[in-house]
Formats: sequence, C-alpha cells, structure tokens
Amino acid sequence: MSMTTNRRRVLRGSAVAAALALTLTACGGTDRADEGSGSGGGSAAEGDLSGDLLVWAWDSTVPDVATAFEEANPGVDIEIVNAGTGNDQYTALQNAIQAGSGVPDLAQIEYFAIPQFAIGEGLADIGSMGASDLEDSFTPGPWSSVAINGGVYGLPLDSGPMALFYNEAVFAEHGVEIPTTWDEYLEAARALHAADPNLYITNDTGDAGFTTSMIWQAGGHPYEVDGTNVTVDFDTPEVAQFTDLWQTMIDEELLAPVTSWSDDWNQGLGNGTIATLTIGAWMPTNLENGAPAAEGDWRVAPMPQWEAGADLVTSENGGSALSVTSASQNADLAYAFLEFASVDEGVQIRVDGGAFPATVAELESEEFLGKEFPYFGNQKLNEVLAESAKAVAPGWQYLPYQVYANSIFNDNVGSAYVSGASLSDGIASWQDATIAYGNEQGFTVD
Amino acid sequence: MTQAVVPVSPAGQTTETTNPRRGDRAGKNRAPRSWRGWGFVGPFMLVFALVFIAPIAYSLYISVFRTQLVGGTQFVGLDNYIRAFQDPQFWDGVGRVSLFLVVQVPIMLGIAMLVALAIDSGRLYGKDFFRISVFMPYAVPAVVAALMWGFMYGPRFGLVGYINEFFGWSIPNPLGPQWILLAIGNIVTWSFVGYNMLIFYSSLRTIPVSLYEAAELDGAKQHHVIRHIKMPAIRGSIAVAMIFSIIGSFQLFNEPSILQKLAPNSITTYFTPNLYTYNLSFSGQQYNYAAAVAIIMGVFTMVIAYVVQLRGMRKDA
Repeated sequence: MSMTTNRRRVLRGSAVAAALALTLTACGGTDRADEGSGSGGGSAAEGDLSGDLLVWAWDSTVPDVATAFEEANPGVDIEIVNAGTGNDQYTALQNAIQAGSGVPDLAQIEYFAIPQFAIGEGLADIGSMGASDLEDSFTPGPWSSVAINGGVYGLPLDSGPMALFYNEAVFAEHGVEIPTTWDEYLEAARALHAADPNLYITNDTGDAGFTTSMIWQAGGHPYEVDGTNVTVDFDTPEVAQFTDLWQTMIDEELLAPVTSWSDDWNQGLGNGTIATLTIGAWMPTNLENGAPAAEGDWRVAPMPQWEAGADLVTSENGGSALSVTSASQNADLAYAFLEFASVDEGVQIRVDGGAFPATVAELESEEFLGKEFPYFGNQKLNEVLAESAKAVAPGWQYLPYQVYANSIFNDNVGSAYVSGASLSDGIASWQDATIAYGNEQGFTVD
Repeated sequence: MTQAVVPVSPAGQTTETTNPRRGDRAGKNRAPRSWRGWGFVGPFMLVFALVFIAPIAYSLYISVFRTQLVGGTQFVGLDNYIRAFQDPQFWDGVGRVSLFLVVQVPIMLGIAMLVALAIDSGRLYGKDFFRISVFMPYAVPAVVAALMWGFMYGPRFGLVGYINEFFGWSIPNPLGPQWILLAIGNIVTWSFVGYNMLIFYSSLRTIPVSLYEAAELDGAKQHHVIRHIKMPAIRGSIAVAMIFSIIGSFQLFNEPSILQKLAPNSITTYFTPNLYTYNLSFSGQQYNYAAAVAIIMGVFTMVIAYVVQLRGMRKDA
C-alpha cells in the first residue's frame, strides 16, 4: 500500500551505528536459502508441494494467504516477516542482497520501486515460469509496472487507481458541487476556503507520489526508460498543466499545510477541515481507521478530469507487487505461492481483508462491485474504483531509481510550499538532481 | 627477593651462567612469554578489534570504492573524499550543526550550570525533587522526546495551534524553515540540561566543606565563593560536558529525523551530516560516498573535541 511511501522511519540509529549494523549483518546473517529443505517443483499439482519459504511483506492480508496455502499444501512452511514498510523494507532488502545472505524468497515491493530492484538484479524474471501468460489476468496499470524490459519481475498484489474521496457533508453544508474537472476543483477549493477559512479542499506539503500521479493523469511521460538509457523531462505541456493548477492552489493558500499520514492529517480528515483526497483505491480502510469521527460523511467520485466531457482518464497511485528474488533457492515453490496469492484463491482472501485487487476477474465480479461500505454511507465504492482501474492512462514508466528520486523530492520542491519559490523551478531542480544521480549510478541520463 | 634466590643455586654457577642464560632467555623464551600475555589480552583484543576496529576499517575500505547500480564496483581512490569537500549539501549540513553548536551548547550548559549551582547552594526547598525533575527528560528516549515535541509544535492541532487559537496569537510555526533549528535546539536543551547539571553538580559535591568555611571566615560573599571556589573546581567537568555536547551536536540525527516526517519541507535530507550519510546510504545506495562523508565528519569531530580538551586541560593546570 502506498501510504507507506510517505511514512518515514521512526527509529533510526546514527550513521555510525548503521555502518556497524551493516558489518554485523554481513558477518552474522545466516543464509536462509541454504536452510530451505525442499524442492518446490512449480509444475507439481497443488497439494504435493513441499519446502520452506521466507516472505517479506508488510501487507496485513498476506499472512492469511500463507495460512491458506499451507493448508492446501501440508508440506509447505511459509514464514512471513514484516521487515518494515516501504522504504524500511527496501533498505533491508538492499542490504541483504548486497551481503548475499538473509535474502527472502519473496518480497513485497511497491510498483515505483520495482525497476530499481529489477535492474539491480535482485529480482528474478518470472516470465518463463508462467507469469508472462498472466498479462490478461491483471489490469493494465499494475501489469505495466511489473513487466519491465521484456521480463516480468513480480505479480501485482493490489493496485491504486486514483479517485476523488470527498466529505459529502462538508460539500452539502456549503452548497458546493462535487468537482468533475480540475477547473471545477479549483473553483470548489476557493468556494470552500472562502466559506470557512479553516476549511481546505485538500492538504499538500509536497508529495512525490502524488505529483507524479497527477502528471501521469495529464498524459505526461517525464521518465522514458530503455534499459540503462533514461530520459528525464519535466519541461512539457502536461507537466505545466499540473504545475499551473497547483501553483494557483499554493498561491491562493487553498492547500492545508498538513503532511499526509501525520496526526494532524487524520484529525483534519475526521473533523471536516480537509474536504477531499485525490488518492489511490486502497484508501477506504485507511480512512475508516484514521478518521473514525467522520463515519458516514465520506464518498468516492471519479478523479477530476483535465478535459470536460471526454472519456475518463485516471492514473495509479501506489500499490505493490510480490516478487521472487534472484537469490531464492526455492524459486519454483516461491512462484507457486505467488500465483496462489496474486491470481488464485489468495486474491479473494485479500479482498475480504480490505485490499483493492489488480485482477480483472475480481474487478468485474458482481460480488466485488456490489459490496456496500457502511463507513461511506453504504456507497458501492468498488464500482467507481473499478472504473478508474480501467481508465488508467497507458505508457507510464518510473525511473530505475525512483526510490531515491522520491526521497529528494522535498529537498528540491519543498520551498515552493513554504517559502514562495516557484513550483516549476522546484520540479526543474528535482529533474537536475535526478539526472545527476542517474549518471553517477552508471545510467545514461539526459 | 634476589637475595633469597641466590643461595639456592650453587654459587659458582650463578655468576658464570648469568649472562649466557640471560641471552638464552631473550632468544628462546620470549615467544612463550608473550603468548601467555596474549592469553589475557586476547579476549579483549578480539572484541575490541571486532567491535571498534572492524567497523572503522570497513568504512575506510568501502570509502575508496564506488558501487554503481549499473557497472558494479570499482576502485576510485580518494574520489569520494574529494567529492565530499566539493559537495555543497555536505557543507550546508556542517554549517548548520556548527551554528547549532555555537548557539545551543552555551545556552544548554549555562542553564545546567545555573541549576547545578542552585541545587548546590542548599537554599532550595525540595532539592531532591527539583534535581530529579530536571534530570527526568534525559531518561526519556530521544525518539520519544522528538515525537512528543513534534506533537506540541503542531501549528494546527498541536499545542502551538491551541495556544494560537485560544489567545488569538500567531506564534510562528516552529516547524517552518526559519524556526526549525531553534525548535530542535529547544528539544535538545530540554533533554540534556539535566544530564549536564548532574555532571556539574557531582563535581560541586567534591569540594571540601572546609574551603567554604575558610571562605566564610575570610568574609567571602556567595558570589565570591562561586567565582573563586566553585567555578575553578568544576572547570574539568565543564570541559567534559563541552566535549560531549560538541560530539552530540555534530551527530545531531534523531530529532531532525523524527521531525522530518512532520516538516518535510523544513528538514532536507542533508539537514545534518549524519542525516545526509543516512539518506545517502539507505535511500541512495551510495554506501561508499556515505562512508567517506562519515569518516570526514568523524575526524572533524575528533579534532574539535581534542582542541577543546587541550584548552580545558591547560586551564585546569
């Protein structure tokens, strides 16, 4: 889930301690793969599988899937480890891959981070194991995120097609229409803030994931990746479309200066001072948990459009896949579990647990579409979200080092939010820093 | 002792063989003797080498390589060090912690000193309670302290927000880019005044009471006692507290790292050198460069701490 992109590590040692930990991991890590007893045999019929798997995943529904898989295959023992969420886990995984020991068989990885691990040869290409036949099982957005450079580096677990989550009570109270285009959105932002100075249409303090998703929807392709040849170009009309809108929002102080996933944020969502979120389809559970006070007030509408009256165009925001690592000694068994979790019985288990699937079958099933959400006034959310999943703009690519690029977003763009610098200058500076880093890392970037 | 030994050996032999035997011993017996010594020192040396030497040696080792996502690892000599000296982000961080050091440390130590003198004066009612209360924040883990203050600093729903709303004031946002360093300084001061107070207080307690009595007989006032007895006596511990504080300032990490979540636009990824090395290695996979930066910072800190120590010593003497 992409909420984790924004979550920063809470516990951090000093750099010296980190260096220490690195050495200790290198010395003390046991090679998990060597302990694996079994021969997986992906082609074997279900029930005959045996062996041990180590899975790193923070998603709370994965353990249930593992239990079901173990029940179906008594010879299999799966250990699920929560090695941290998002960046924390990538750090641990990167270290394990570098050290060559302690690498899990499978790891949960957000879409934007997959290219980085794929190019670093940390992930196995599972295309030849049967994954390349599964293209039609998934919606296009998530599939394009795992099918990179002619290989397949994981199977989608969930997806985050964007939609407009809005507090209906607030809109009704001030007599403001729900925006369907970004122009209307700006008007609504002005109307709401004028009606109550404490009320904002949304919050933003600079979020790389949100920014790239907005550019994605506008039809921009700032990143073009072909092997190690990378192009970064934010100087395009599509990017300008976004920065013009957002610069106006910033200049007129229509954005709550609250950072997503903070305590303030949850309070704002709960007490009606933050009226909308344009965010991924995995949001409902987070809203229920984070803002219980606003139960019954929130609804979901399609993502506002850049062009009025045209076909719906959306983008993805977050979501993650489960990937088999190159270091796995049990790749066949790992792949068998992966299929179980991402296209077979596992999907329903995860949907029941609140996940938003990336599989076409679930997204089209009546049961899924017809599900009512009490928190959202019994709205059938999945109808809106599934439409959004189908309308994701094609052709988007992430950088092969997006994790790092996102981590320096606020260094470059942040001053636009707090010190009156220009947003497009900030994004230009982000582009320069991203290009410099890419070239340092051996890519050919321009 | 020698007298006791000599009679045992035949007299003639002793004098004759002393020299050859000595030579003998030097030639043959040295090895076993030194091994026995190692038997005692060995366990310590092993742990010392593993825990202290190895990480530093490893950092030095990786700092002369460069690993790229594409192209693998290659030896680059001192390139990483040269790059660090030309890196504006690194110097930005160094400048920030230096400013922090120059402003925050004197304030913190000054308050700690005042509190220590106040407690030591014996004129305070509820001295023990006061002492414990001032020391208490030190027992709060740094991460928890930073989180706690982070909530209070919240300009909308935090304490600052409530104060603004209640009194109709407009306290500037402590988490804004202009005030963030001050906000961090406040957290660090809050956390460490008690600790430094305890260092000062404990050395104040070592002053013999007879000195005070003598001073009283000589008609010295309280401020004379402080200036001529107490201050000279705790000069050594001031130097110690200063060295700890210098190291602490250069290693500033926990507070900015926690507050970064709340104020991502005020605290950059290179806000302090430590935060910079952390982000270089863990978000950027630039372990090699991060190691070079860490070593430069380590040497830098050592030099400054050493200079302060020398000065402290000289005053002491």
